[in-house]
Amino acid sequence: MATVTFDHATRVYPGTERPAVDQLNLHIEDGEFLVLVGPSGCGKSTSLRMLAGLEDVNGGRILIGDRDVTDVQPKDRDIAMVFQNYALYPHMSVADNMGFALKIAGTPKAEIRQRVEEAAKILDLTEYLDRKPKALSGGQRQRVAMGRAIVRQPQVFLMDEPLSNLDAKLRVQTRTQIASLQRRLGVTTVYVTHDQTEALTMGDRIAVLKAGLLQQVGTPREMYDTPSNVFVAGFIGSPAMNIGTFDVRDGAALVGSASIPLDASVVSGLTEADNGKVTVGFRPESLDVVAAGTPGSFQVETNLVEELGSDAFLYGSLKGDAVGDLSAGDSDQVIVRINPRNVPMKGEVINVAIKPGQAHVFSAATGNRLG
Amino acid sequence: METLQITAATPESALLDLPWRVPLEEWPAEVLAALPRGISRHIVRFVKLGKRVLAVKETRDHYAFREYELLRRLQKLEVPCVIPLAVVTGRLDDDGEPLEAAIITEHLSFSLPYRAIFSQALRPDTATRLIDALAVLLVRLHLAGFYWGDVSLSNTLFRRDADRFAAYLVDAETGDLHRELTPGQRAYDLDLARTNIIGELFDLEAGELLDEEVDALAIGDALLSRYDELWNALTQVESFSADERWRVDARIRRLNDLGFDVGELAIVTDIDGTTVEIQPKVVDAGHHSRRLLRLTGLDVQDNQARRLLNDLDAWRAHTDRLSDSEQLVAHDWLLHSFEPTIAAVPRELRKKLEPAQLFHEILDHRWFLSQREGRDVPMPEAAVSYVEQVLRHRPDEAMLSSDDDADHDLLLG
Repeated sequence: MATVTFDHATRVYPGTERPAVDQLNLHIEDGEFLVLVGPSGCGKSTSLRMLAGLEDVNGGRILIGDRDVTDVQPKDRDIAMVFQNYALYPHMSVADNMGFALKIAGTPKAEIRQRVEEAAKILDLTEYLDRKPKALSGGQRQRVAMGRAIVRQPQVFLMDEPLSNLDAKLRVQTRTQIASLQRRLGVTTVYVTHDQTEALTMGDRIAVLKAGLLQQVGTPREMYDTPSNVFVAGFIGSPAMNIGTFDVRDGAALVGSASIPLDASVVSGLTEADNGKVTVGFRPESLDVVAAGTPGSFQVETNLVEELGSDAFLYGSLKGDAVGDLSAGDSDQVIVRINPRNVPMKGEVINVAIKPGQAHVFSAATGNRLG
Repeated sequence: METLQITAATPESALLDLPWRVPLEEWPAEVLAALPRGISRHIVRFVKLGKRVLAVKETRDHYAFREYELLRRLQKLEVPCVIPLAVVTGRLDDDGEPLEAAIITEHLSFSLPYRAIFSQALRPDTATRLIDALAVLLVRLHLAGFYWGDVSLSNTLFRRDADRFAAYLVDAETGDLHRELTPGQRAYDLDLARTNIIGELFDLEAGELLDEEVDALAIGDALLSRYDELWNALTQVESFSADERWRVDARIRRLNDLGFDVGELAIVTDIDGTTVEIQPKVVDAGHHSRRLLRLTGLDVQDNQARRLLNDLDAWRAHTDRLSDSEQLVAHDWLLHSFEPTIAAVPRELRKKLEPAQLFHEILDHRWFLSQREGRDVPMPEAAVSYVEQVLRHRPDEAMLSSDDDADHDLLLG
């Protein structure tokens, strides 16, 4: 097992000017489950493939443990791409399906059997080892595919959107399995996904990328509670954070009919480029429904309520003079988590206020977090 | 509400008649064609549609469209692959529950999955010839910038090509087209190919479908050496002194012999003009098939073309027409040798093999007869003998029937 280090690692595709991955610096601890996440084209898969040796590294270097693997052949890097080939061989037993790569590598029979048995124990496949794959369920077959990677005992597991071709139910199931399995094995794992929910639920830490640049890396909690810029704020969380750019007057941001007081340090940190504005973000659950006229409250007109049983989310329009360009994710509405037992009708206007300390403030010019 | 959508370059209303409201796994036998199936992680079925056979694979929308696009681009690059026909999305079952999307490709007629080839117990070097074909395919894909990501015998179909095989890419779902592949991508593809091939042969071994003399590991390794050999022949920089200009021609001829045309050759001379460096920049497979097509209009695979061209040359010498134009002689050869030979095969047996493959086998058979009888056996006579002694006993390969091994499509995902 080993650490993984991207040291100013850069990939520029031939014929392009902008790097697909630009000076990536990332240190992954031994045994850590790190998720690379971002929208399509952000460089997450390219970063993983650089680590796998499939993409050239045009600048910087990549280390596995203390070993510089920048110019090492993929097969000599001691990594395993999990789920790369999951076709199971029908005439071979489950044990042989798991161990055949070791047989190719010339590993002694007794050792193969031992490693396969160990992996089977972890994967709950012990009683099936001498059966044929057709006796297995879909989920068990998938675990055999994982077993193939486990028996090789690599330093690092790499997974590139492994769940993307599964249906929704199997996806959630497998997600939990992979995460708990990784923790039991303690093998350093780098996992790529475009799905922030997958990232939040699986990773010890998450690295968010955009346009080839690392935006932020941290635990799911850190990413959620203190996003370091507007992009991360909008990307992490479902439903998405409400984000808008508003005028600053007398040390407060004007949101709808409300003034949201800003820290003095935030106000003094504003530059000319900000043009007297700040970007304010607040999550759907950071809003309290309050009585009309409550200081710091603003009005939202109900467009739609999405009821999820335990929760309900109201999608509405901000009322008042300063409506800014408020949006949440793909929707240009404001989203409020409300009590599912007390749901307003379409067209009804409610009053909401941001819970103290739960507003995120970013520079209107740079998008970076101010407070 | 009906949401079914069929995306196709050439829309075919007949596709609408297929039972899209039923999961592919449960499609009724009357729409299915009995064909051997490879090992796939998805559900794949062959269906009859009019006179054609199509392969239908269930997968998620995004992947279906992606693979469809990739196959179309590969087709434009003239890489041997299955022809994509359509993507079907928006499928609902009778309860209104969504079903997976499907990608439809045309079944490659006369093609053989490797399991079918092995189960026919052909000559002992069959495995080697399959590997040769796969190495050629892999080199061609890599030259075109295609990273396969899951090279295996299961993801390939084979067609007879004279005394060899020609390989076709069947499954592109893990692939990617790049401007140029990195050495790492090529190395990884090769390493995975080796692992998968050996795994597949181990599986045949476990099912007692493989001759005991076949050494799975050696075959896997053979792919690597065949690939390297061909890759180097096609891409290596060669340098020599300026007075050895003949080496340029020699290089081109060597590539022609391997079945490639040189579209562009970089020639670099150093400042004082004493050494020359050459490197093929653009190479196109199909040297022989292009030449035969130009001369006769016959569109066949490269080794078949090579065989036919050899016969054409022999015929030209034999009929004493070396001074006539090649085009003219080719036309007469087609009229007086090729066509009568094929016509000598009874119509109902003709469809067992492609015409060019038939001609090749009759040529082989004639050689065998001539040796045995110590005389020059003419083609029509050889054709009659071939039909009685060989062809009647051969399975029909236009659509090889299934060996009905349900294990063949173990599924995941």
